[in-house]
Amino acid sequence: MVRFLARRLLNYVALCLLATFLAYALASLTFDPVGRLAQRNPPPPPASLAAKSAELRLDEPIPERFVHWFGGTLHGDFGKTTVNTTITDELGRRIGVSLRLFLLGTVVGVALGVIVGVAGAIRQYTVSDYAATLFSFVVLSTPVFLLALVLKYGALEFNSQVGSQVLAFTGETAPGFRGSAGAELLDRLQHLVLPTMAIALGQIAYYSRYQRSAMLDVLGSDFLRTAQAKGLTRRRALFTHGLRTALVPMATLFAFGFGLLITGGVFTERIFGWYGMGDWLVYGIEQDDTNITATVTLFVAVLVLFSGWLSDVLYAVLDPRVRLS
Amino acid sequence: MASELADVSGPRTTTVAPSPFPATAPEPERSVTRGRLVARRFRRNRLALVGLSVIVLLYAAAFLSPLFAPWIYTQFDYTAFLRPPSGSHWFGTSQIGQDVFAQTMRGLQKSLTIGLLVGVISTTIAAVVGATAGYFGGLTDRVLMWVVDLLLVLPAFLILAVASPALRGRSWLWLVVLLALFTWMITARILRGMTFSLRDREFVKAARFMGTPSWTIIRRHILPNMASLMIIDATVNVGQAILLEAGLSYFGFGVQSPDVSLGTLISDGSRASLTTPWLFGFSGGLLVVAVLAVNFVGDGLRDALDPSSRGGRRRERRVRRRGGATPAPARAGGTA
Repeated sequence: MVRFLARRLLNYVALCLLATFLAYALASLTFDPVGRLAQRNPPPPPASLAAKSAELRLDEPIPERFVHWFGGTLHGDFGKTTVNTTITDELGRRIGVSLRLFLLGTVVGVALGVIVGVAGAIRQYTVSDYAATLFSFVVLSTPVFLLALVLKYGALEFNSQVGSQVLAFTGETAPGFRGSAGAELLDRLQHLVLPTMAIALGQIAYYSRYQRSAMLDVLGSDFLRTAQAKGLTRRRALFTHGLRTALVPMATLFAFGFGLLITGGVFTERIFGWYGMGDWLVYGIEQDDTNITATVTLFVAVLVLFSGWLSDVLYAVLDPRVRLS
Repeated sequence: MASELADVSGPRTTTVAPSPFPATAPEPERSVTRGRLVARRFRRNRLALVGLSVIVLLYAAAFLSPLFAPWIYTQFDYTAFLRPPSGSHWFGTSQIGQDVFAQTMRGLQKSLTIGLLVGVISTTIAAVVGATAGYFGGLTDRVLMWVVDLLLVLPAFLILAVASPALRGRSWLWLVVLLALFTWMITARILRGMTFSLRDREFVKAARFMGTPSWTIIRRHILPNMASLMIIDATVNVGQAILLEAGLSYFGFGVQSPDVSLGTLISDGSRASLTTPWLFGFSGGLLVVAVLAVNFVGDGLRDALDPSSRGGRRRERRVRRRGGATPAPARAGGTA
């Protein structure tokens, strides 16, 4: 098992490297940082344009530039932005912001998604099941930015109804807010609710749809009938025998769901003013900044492949038939 | 509750009325073709029908409404800035006096067209790659699937966003090409799996032993046998493409001005302030309605073309159960 997981990890590292190179090459080909600089008003002298170009190593072939950049990342140097700030300085804080959002979104999304899906399967064709199905259909047809906008609009209305700023929707904390630990925690919570909802709703919809159909397949299976026939209560049979089996396909979906989460995170961070990695990606592309874009890409690739690896582990844990050697 | 469970799972040997589910229902006339059967199954699915009519309506509205709407998308009404919906401006006006209805219809045109084109093109790529990998196997398969794996590492949105500066000042058709290039991978995987199982069937072997060239076999035997799945996946891909395009356009990474799409409209409409919901509400609502309708049609097609899929089986179970107990009204549909 350990050897299998190690081998998978090695494969993932290779993929990760190549994907980052792909994105780096794509960014180098499409971005034009010097052209952007040349458009400034007043136009900078040609000498400084040439200096910038040399500084960004634009005369070297792309693979060479990539090797240089990637070599730097290996000892923690992610290069400089086009406006000469060091990426590494900002990286840690931004990763923290994004990971918090992703972690909360995953935990809330997976937990509620599984619960909603299982409940829908057990109470198939009841009002609550139809409501949950309709909910997930609508949410899966709604782009995250629209969902976030609707939440924001709803919060505005809600706040004006209540008459106080209960739900905050800009930034992670109120600017310059200082208070006791409890008050600061409350402040953070107020800022956390909407972004987490924006990102978790899609996850709930996604997982609940699959969980429902996986659970329905299990409900119709012989082994569950046998479990009840040998004297288990329905509840016991459902949760110890049924749910575990129905969770196995979820492990595979987890890797795909994570990609959805990351894309959603870009919109969520941008709309709610969280300065995380997603926000940085958009900034990097807007500023024609290859190093920022490549850094975010590397971060995303590592996360996606880690989630893929995690789903392998989950699969092995959940399904006792998996014997890997 | 326990009895209900047994009811769901057990093989039915009770003496119920002839089983009413579609797949094996005895057909009175023998001349029923597959096409007619599929059409009948599709018609039975009420939500899919609603979805189809909504799509037709949206297309008609997007392309025909400029003929009779009071305003054109290029016009400015200098007497009405930022007005809520009214009789003369059905969806209100923007900050600079544009008619939001005309703008929205213009955006809807682009979004629907892009979605349809991308769905068709990406499914075509998927069919070629999937069938090639599955049919030839070996090294071809390994190389192609490795490319698929590589492209699947990063979310399509991210790659497209990074590639988007290449679109600056280019026509929206380039966006269609880019979108199609990065959305075919999952369908290709599925089609490859199907090709694997088709490859060893007798009719394919017979063709091979007769000396038919491989590409002819793929074209004549493999692809037609996967047509159902391709149609279903193309529909799903249309919905995904509309969403992806809107997401990219929201950041200005997609459709470039002067073209507008629902994504750019929502973006522009929500940027200023959220207190003027008509600026982004209508385009947002139409976007959701369009994607929802496409998804319903996809579900209906899945049930109609591929009755052995999950959706079909579950419906069958329900129909049986209901048939056993009370003569409940036959609720077709349900996107279960």
